[in-house]
Amino acid sequence: MTASGDIKAGDRLIHKVFPPITRHTLALYCGASGDHNPIHVDIDFAKAAGFPDVFAHGMLVMAYLGQALTDAVPPSRLRHFSTRFVAITRLGAKLTCEGTVTELFAEAGERRARLALTTRDDRGEIKLEGSAVVAL
Amino acid sequence: MVDQSAVGRSFTPVTAHVEPGRLRYFLNTLGEENPVYRNADAARAAGFTGMPVPPTYLFCLEMMDVDDPFEMFTALGIDLARVLHGEQSFAYHAPVLVGDTLTFRPRVTSVTEKKGGAMTLIGIRCEVTNQDGVHVADTARTIVVRNEVAS
Repeated sequence: MTASGDIKAGDRLIHKVFPPITRHTLALYCGASGDHNPIHVDIDFAKAAGFPDVFAHGMLVMAYLGQALTDAVPPSRLRHFSTRFVAITRLGAKLTCEGTVTELFAEAGERRARLALTTRDDRGEIKLEGSAVVAL
Repeated sequence: MVDQSAVGRSFTPVTAHVEPGRLRYFLNTLGEENPVYRNADAARAAGFTGMPVPPTYLFCLEMMDVDDPFEMFTALGIDLARVLHGEQSFAYHAPVLVGDTLTFRPRVTSVTEKKGGAMTLIGIRCEVTNQDGVHVADTARTIVVRNEVAS
């Protein structure tokens, strides 16, 4: 955020598109994140659990959203970051992360902005809905 | 099925080390190229005294260094195949840097039944402190359990 004084409600600060999610991404993320739940990497386990295939870790999708967020906002200014996992993210999904300023306010002696965040797949389906609070 | 008796239950605290090699693997997996996470000078210029971690990495640290990553599910009798992640939040109070040793103290804060018992939502909160006793963050997650419902 270069000119934080100019920020106002309605501004879209965040927009980033990520490459499609592959089985390889899920395998790497399983190791990189410490989340070893087999449902994300073992198709036999996923099918036995009633899913047609493996699917992305919610936290992988949130990590992409976090990356889009700190591309736009220096990490030292991030105060709060939350998401709701709205729908399962399938293999091959190409995710778009966006964030818009909804409110400017003062808290804990600093000026802050609240951002509304979304992650959609390439069909336009919402996968994550969230918010962030950043110091200006 | 998990019921109200689980509320207030805490689990073994987790001590986690922020190791540079493991962090680099995480950054590479995500295609994270922001120099603030990769370059000491860029991190310093961004106001950090060391290399910071990305916003969701706290969740990973807790899972990576726990002795039994699914202790909570086992203790509460939850089948891993029936678990989905419903919500996740992080409140950041102080920087978390490469080289830090963090302590996570997870506890169950709520149990809510949904859709006539078809789903149970379990709220888990976790206070995170560093090696100097600084309260660096609070995390909260909601776990969704898809219950087996007799038809």
